[in-house]
Amino acid sequence: MTPSRDELAWMYRNMVLSRRLEETISKIYFEGKTPVFNMANGPIPGEMHLSNGQEPVAVGVCAHLTAEDIVTATHRPHHQAIAKGVDLDAMVAEIFGKATGLSGGRGGHMHLFDPKVNFACSGIIAQGLGPAVGAALSRKLRGLPGVAVAFLGDGAANQGAFHEAMNLAAVWKLPFVCVIEDNSWGISVPKSASTAVARNDVRAAAYGIPGHYVAGNDPLAIYEVAGEAIARARAGAGPTLIECETYRLAGHFMGDAEGYRPKGEKEALFAADPIPKMRARLLAEFGFSEDELVAAEGAAADRVAAAIRFARDSADPRPEDALTAVFA
Amino acid sequence: MTGTIVKSNERKLTIARSMAEALAQEMRIDPTVFVMGEDIGTLGGVYGNTRGLIEEFGPERVRDTPISETGFIGAAVGAAQDGMRPVVELMFVDFFGVCFDAIYNLMAKNIYFSGGHLKVPMVLMTSTGGGYSDGGQHSQCLYGTFAHLPGMKVVAPSNAYDAKGLMTAALRDDSPVVYMYHKGLQGMGWLGTEPGATVHVPEDSYTVEIGKAKVVREGRDVTIVSLGIGVHHALKAADTLAQQNVSAEVVDLRSLVPLDRDTIRASVAKTGRLIVVDEDYHSFGVSAEVIASVVEHDLSVLKAAPVRVAYPDVPIPYARVMEQFCLPSPAKIVAAWAQMAA
Ligand SMILES: Cc1ncc(C[n+]2csc(CCOP(=O)(O)OP(=O)(O)O)c2C)c(N)n1
Ligand SMILES: [Mg+2]
Repeated sequence: MTPSRDELAWMYRNMVLSRRLEETISKIYFEGKTPVFNMANGPIPGEMHLSNGQEPVAVGVCAHLTAEDIVTATHRPHHQAIAKGVDLDAMVAEIFGKATGLSGGRGGHMHLFDPKVNFACSGIIAQGLGPAVGAALSRKLRGLPGVAVAFLGDGAANQGAFHEAMNLAAVWKLPFVCVIEDNSWGISVPKSASTAVARNDVRAAAYGIPGHYVAGNDPLAIYEVAGEAIARARAGAGPTLIECETYRLAGHFMGDAEGYRPKGEKEALFAADPIPKMRARLLAEFGFSEDELVAAEGAAADRVAAAIRFARDSADPRPEDALTAVFA
Repeated sequence: MTGTIVKSNERKLTIARSMAEALAQEMRIDPTVFVMGEDIGTLGGVYGNTRGLIEEFGPERVRDTPISETGFIGAAVGAAQDGMRPVVELMFVDFFGVCFDAIYNLMAKNIYFSGGHLKVPMVLMTSTGGGYSDGGQHSQCLYGTFAHLPGMKVVAPSNAYDAKGLMTAALRDDSPVVYMYHKGLQGMGWLGTEPGATVHVPEDSYTVEIGKAKVVREGRDVTIVSLGIGVHHALKAADTLAQQNVSAEVVDLRSLVPLDRDTIRASVAKTGRLIVVDEDYHSFGVSAEVIASVVEHDLSVLKAAPVRVAYPDVPIPYARVMEQFCLPSPAKIVAAWAQMAA
C-alpha cells in the first residue's frame, strides 16, 4: 500500500506543521522562565511533553482515518492531535490556558479533547486504551462505521490497562488498532531495562491477534502497516497491535537535562531526523518540486504563527469558571 | 518552624535532600531496606528524593521499575511480608488509580487479615499538590482518600526537619506508611519552592513520632490547623492577622493517621475558633475530620462555627487564573477569619 501523491503531501505538511508548532512552543515555553526555571511561570506553564521526532507515527496512522474515527492519545499528544485534525487554534489556545481553548483552559496540554474529530487524551499512562476499546465497542453495538486507534508509548505497554484492554478488544473482535510509539525511553528508564521483550509486537500473540513492528521511524512504512490494520478493523476482522520505532528528539519534558542519555545518542537521532529524510524522498522518489515543499513549509509556519497569535490574543478564562462544566 | 533553635551556620536542607538522607542512613544500617519506583535510580527521582542512592547502594537495592505500579507496589507488599523493608514511590499521588488495590486491599489489610501475625513494613512515598498548572491528573492531594481507609499510617511533612524524622520513623515502622510530600515544598527549583520548608536538619539520624501534631506558632484567638504546604499559608496568614491584633495559633498535623486529635482539641479549647486549611478537595476529607474531632468531643469550646479553606469540589483546572482561584492561600485564610469574626 503506497500513499497517493495527495496523501504524501498531507503527511509531509502535517509533519512539518507539528514540528513547527513544537519548536515554537519550546521557545515560548521559556518566556517568563528565565533566568530561574520555574514551571509555574510564563504564558505556557506546567509540564510540556514535545513530540519532535515522533511525527511519522501520527501521520502514517492518521492518514487512514477520518473525523468519525476515534483516537485516544497520551501525555505527548500534539502530533497526534494535529494529524487527527483537531482544530489548531483551539488546541493552541488550550495549551496557553485561554478561554477560547478546546476546554476553555480546564484541560491543558495533556488533556486535549475535540469531540468534533473524536480525539481525546489521558496523562495517565495507558489509560487511553480502555476508552478507545469502548468506543470501538460502541460502534460495533450500534452498527456504526469507525475504527478506534489508541496511541501509547513503549513504556505504557507494561501497564495493566494495556493488557486488559488488548484482550478485551481481541476477545470481542472490535474495530481497534493499538499503536505503540517506541522511542525507547520512559522518562529516564530505557526500554531495555523496563520491558521483558525487545519488541512489543510479539505481545500480540498473547491476544491471538496480528502484531507488527515497524523499524526506521519511516512514515511510508508506518502508513503501509497501519493501512492494513485499519482496513482489517473496518472489515470486522478485529484488532491489530503495531509498534513503531520512533525518536524522541527532545527531553521527556521541557527542562529535562537528559543526563541519562548515552553519549552520542542525541546526535545520532538528529542525524536521522525523519522530516529531512521525508523531504529528500519526496524530491527524489515522488516527483515533488522544491518550490512545492518550500510552499508547504511556509504555509505550515504561517498556520502555526496564526494559531499562536490567536492564542495570545485570546482572553484568559474567568477564574470562577473553574467551578463550571463539572457535570453535564 | 521546627521548634529547634536554628543558628545561622547550621546546615539547612530541602525536603528532597532530607528524605534522601534518611533513606541513605537507614539503608546503611538495615540491609533489608530497598527502594523501587519509576525514575528513582539514575535520575534520582523526579523530585530529587532518592538522589545519590543508586551511586551508593547500586541498582539491586535502588530499582528503577517499569511503569507498572500495580506490579511493583504489590511486589513491595510481598517483599515486606517476607522480611524486607521496601520503599516504593508512586510518582504522583494522582496515579493511585492504576494501583490502589495493592495499596488499600493488600498493603493496608494484610496485617489485619493475618490476625496481627504478619508485619507489612513498607513505605509508599508519593508526591502531592498543584499550583504550577500541571492539570487535573498531576496536581491533586488526595490526603483524605488515603487517610479514610484503615490500615495504613499517613504522614505529610511541611518542612525538611520533619521530613527526615518522619521518613526514618516510617522506615522503622512495622506497619505500612504512606508518605505524602508536597511538590511545592520539595526544594526543586523548577517547581518553585516555599522557602519555609528548607530548614535546619541535624546530620545524625533521628525520628519524628508518627501520630503527633505540632503547634508551630502559638496564639490565643483562633486555631489554624493544616498540613504540608497549607502550614506555610497558615503561618503567613498568622503574620497578617497579627498586624490586625489577631493572635493565631497554627497546628501542623504532620500525621493524618493516626490523627493527633488531642493537640487539635487542646488548641481549640484555648482559642475557641477553628480554621482548617487543606489543599485536598473540600468535601469528605481531612478538613471535615479535624472539625469533627473538635465538635464530637466538646461543642462548648467553640465561640464560632469552624471554617474550611479547602479546594473546591471540582477537578483541578489547568489555566493559571482558574487554578489559583481554587487553591487555598494566606489571603483566603485571612478572609475566613473575617467571616468568622463578623
Ligand atoms: C500510571 C502512570 N504512571 C506514571 C506516570 C508518569 N509518566 C508520565 S510519562 C512517563 C513515561 C512514559 O513513557 P512512554 O509510555 O514510553 O511514553 P513517552 O514519554 O516515551 O512518549 C511516565 C512514567 C503516569 N503519567 N501515569
Ligand atoms: Mg517511550
